[in-house]
Amino acid sequence: MGSKATIITDPDPLTGKLTWDSIPVHDPVILPVMIAVALGGIFLFALITKMGKWRYLWDEWITSVDHKKIGIMYIIAAIIMLVRGFADALMMRAQQALATADSVGAGYLPPEHYDQIFTAHGVIMIFFVAMPLVVGLMNIVVPLQIGARDVAFPFLNSLSFWLFVVGAVLVNVSLFVGEFAATGWLAYPPLSGLEYSPWVGVDYWLWALQISGIGTLLTGINFFVTILRMRAPGMKLMQMPVFTWTSLCANVLIIISFPILTVTITLLTLDRYIGTNFFTNDLGGNQMMYVNLIWAWGHPEVYILILPAFGIFSEITATFSRKRLFGYTSLVWATAVIMVLSMVVWLHHFFTMGAGASVNAFFGIATMIISVPTGVKIFNWLFTMYKGRVEFSAAMWWTCSFLFTFTIGGMTGVMLAVPAADFVLHNSLFLIAHFHNVIIGGAVFGYFAGMTYWFPKATGFMLDEKLGKIACALWTVGFFAAFMPLYILGFNGMTRRLNYYDNPEWTPLLWIAAGGALIVLAGIMTQFYQIFVSIRDRHKNKDVTGDPWNARTLEWATSSPPPFYNFAELPKIHDRDEHYYKKEHGLAYQAPDKYKKIHMPKNTWAGVVISAFSLMMGFAFIWHIWWMAAFGFLGMIASWIMYSFERNKDYYVPVEQVEEIEAKHLDAVRQHAQTNS
Amino acid sequence: MSQSHATGHDEIDHHDHDHHDSGGDTVFGFWIYIMSDCILFATLFATYAVLSGGYAGGLTPKDLFDLNFVAVETALLLFSSFTFGMAMLYANKRHMKGMISWLVFTLALGLGFLGMELYEFYHFSSEGATPQSSAYWSAFYALVATHGLHVLGGCIWMLVLFAHFKRDGFTEDNLVRLSCLSLFWHFLDIIWICVFSVVYLLGVM
Repeated sequence: MGSKATIITDPDPLTGKLTWDSIPVHDPVILPVMIAVALGGIFLFALITKMGKWRYLWDEWITSVDHKKIGIMYIIAAIIMLVRGFADALMMRAQQALATADSVGAGYLPPEHYDQIFTAHGVIMIFFVAMPLVVGLMNIVVPLQIGARDVAFPFLNSLSFWLFVVGAVLVNVSLFVGEFAATGWLAYPPLSGLEYSPWVGVDYWLWALQISGIGTLLTGINFFVTILRMRAPGMKLMQMPVFTWTSLCANVLIIISFPILTVTITLLTLDRYIGTNFFTNDLGGNQMMYVNLIWAWGHPEVYILILPAFGIFSEITATFSRKRLFGYTSLVWATAVIMVLSMVVWLHHFFTMGAGASVNAFFGIATMIISVPTGVKIFNWLFTMYKGRVEFSAAMWWTCSFLFTFTIGGMTGVMLAVPAADFVLHNSLFLIAHFHNVIIGGAVFGYFAGMTYWFPKATGFMLDEKLGKIACALWTVGFFAAFMPLYILGFNGMTRRLNYYDNPEWTPLLWIAAGGALIVLAGIMTQFYQIFVSIRDRHKNKDVTGDPWNARTLEWATSSPPPFYNFAELPKIHDRDEHYYKKEHGLAYQAPDKYKKIHMPKNTWAGVVISAFSLMMGFAFIWHIWWMAAFGFLGMIASWIMYSFERNKDYYVPVEQVEEIEAKHLDAVRQHAQTNS
Repeated sequence: MSQSHATGHDEIDHHDHDHHDSGGDTVFGFWIYIMSDCILFATLFATYAVLSGGYAGGLTPKDLFDLNFVAVETALLLFSSFTFGMAMLYANKRHMKGMISWLVFTLALGLGFLGMELYEFYHFSSEGATPQSSAYWSAFYALVATHGLHVLGGCIWMLVLFAHFKRDGFTEDNLVRLSCLSLFWHFLDIIWICVFSVVYLLGVM
């Protein structure tokens, strides 16, 4: 939040726009955070050094190409960013509760700070919380569900992860060096153009999204190839677990939509850096083209977030209803239909643009049609539970809360899809309530359900069930308290992103919303406590068999956590619910006649090093330090080329090692079966 | 992108089929990348179409485009696709000298194309049509230069590939790399045909 006096219009050749004034040491809100982060960082660094764990971190995690470890790292990063994004949310709720003023300047946040907070909140929650949670769960689960040893391109997977980390780092650096965008999370021009956002905030936005977006595109290609070409022998497409199906559709959407994001961001970058006129007000620029392009990416993006969540609920519902999933085929087709339709609805984000009645009608109807396959899915889950022996585990709590919450969010979505209604509700808090309703009540609850469900698979021990249920209850109550008032406020005419307002009638509802946010905070703290308790009691909660839920799909056929090669012998697939089939037919937990050596990729330095250069490049571009940008860019290219010349990128795991690992697991399963019988 | 085994990635009963990093996966993955690149170009074409009237009272393509010049440029690039095809034939015969010669020829044509494009940009700019002049010219430079940057990337990739072949010869890895570059090169040709039709032909009409 440097004062505007520090804006450098004539960058220094050595340091660009960067000066000591760029660091907001004078800001009373940021300074304590900065000190805390610095002390925390020093402490962490000292701790790792003292324990001598750098070597371990480098060998086992940072350079790892193991999809399970990459998945865990994605989720840890997402949880850290969730804390940051949620802190922003609390600050906004507090500001609006307090800003009940008759005079400008109410509340405790100055407008330019408040604007950065709501921008950062949106960017962080979508790009650096929801996306890594989806990608992280996909990483952990998909190769196991299809019986693969790894993803198709393990090095690219590592690169994707580290590019994502670079994006997250840039967003966090903006808090302490310079500023972040104050434009709203999609940075519409002309506000995000050089004239109205002259300093570095929008540039942080541009480079953070550009770099992490390229990582996401690589992920999309990687998982698309993995799912289509690396399924275990015998697994037909219509035998894939539903989570794999929904991930496949999400990855198709990534491949189709992320190039649009890349171009859109690049064009805005060109407008800001070399003075082109794509989105400017004069010389023929067209601002609405930006809005079209960004939503042509943005709408598929929300389905990238929600489709895998639908897959998670499907797995959980079938497992805990002790039944085969009801209407598998219809669920797969519903997913595919949503995938296609999600690309022809983007204009509903700006009905008020004035595209005309016919255009609005087309996009309105297309949007409403999406509710049909979505409704199909709701009935799939309900009928799976119907006459099942439903076991209300914590994962099932999240699922039931989702069914209820998401249905409300879906209905308000259909309301917004009516162009005439949208003219009233556009940009109001009704919209804010709607999309939080579907993203929290749909996507986020899904990720939490998935984390509860697959936690033992990834770590080898269970999450505490009781605390999980308490967290779910707190999140659900908190969500309703925080967002139902916003629906009402939207109807009453309160627009989004208000720093202050002069209608005292709104204040009570905003206090309720703030209270709801605090209940959600209690939910998040319960989750942290849950993780702490679960790690503390990990020996008691150990998942010995690898199948703690008596589940159905293939990922539960191997040990928890799985050996690095996942399956000693690639399973031959008989049935959609392969693990259930094997258990029924007494085929589970059998050693093969003879183990074979296993071919695996080696760890590589390349992903993290290329990403480190991209961080250098991104930071340098943000601050107009041209020599450093060139250095970072050339470093990226050179290290990639160097990597391509490396020999021995893979190796064979000897038979003896496989035998030893497998025997240990099968012994444990046998002992467990004896003690339980 | 590494791959070291040529065989057996599709056969269910083949012992090595679980070896995940086969060349076929890489080529398939590269196809998917090209599809996503198609969308990248489609977005730029759409941008160009939307901004195609945005001259802001300045220079128009009719004032500057010289179809004869572009025809030569186009011929260079199209011919380079043919020479790359010849290189592939020699690669299939494991004929190193023939392959490298045709690739060097391809590289020369690619660099010639880039040289002409740079000259064209220089010429247009000096006539007063810079990327900053109007939305139309912003869109023109963005689209054409993105294609040009891809060609430049292909040229650098080709140089790297020479070093790969020099060190290791006709390994499976190198043949997969060559196949990917070949796909990439032909793909850029197709994009150029679209650029030629949409930008240059429609521009002078």
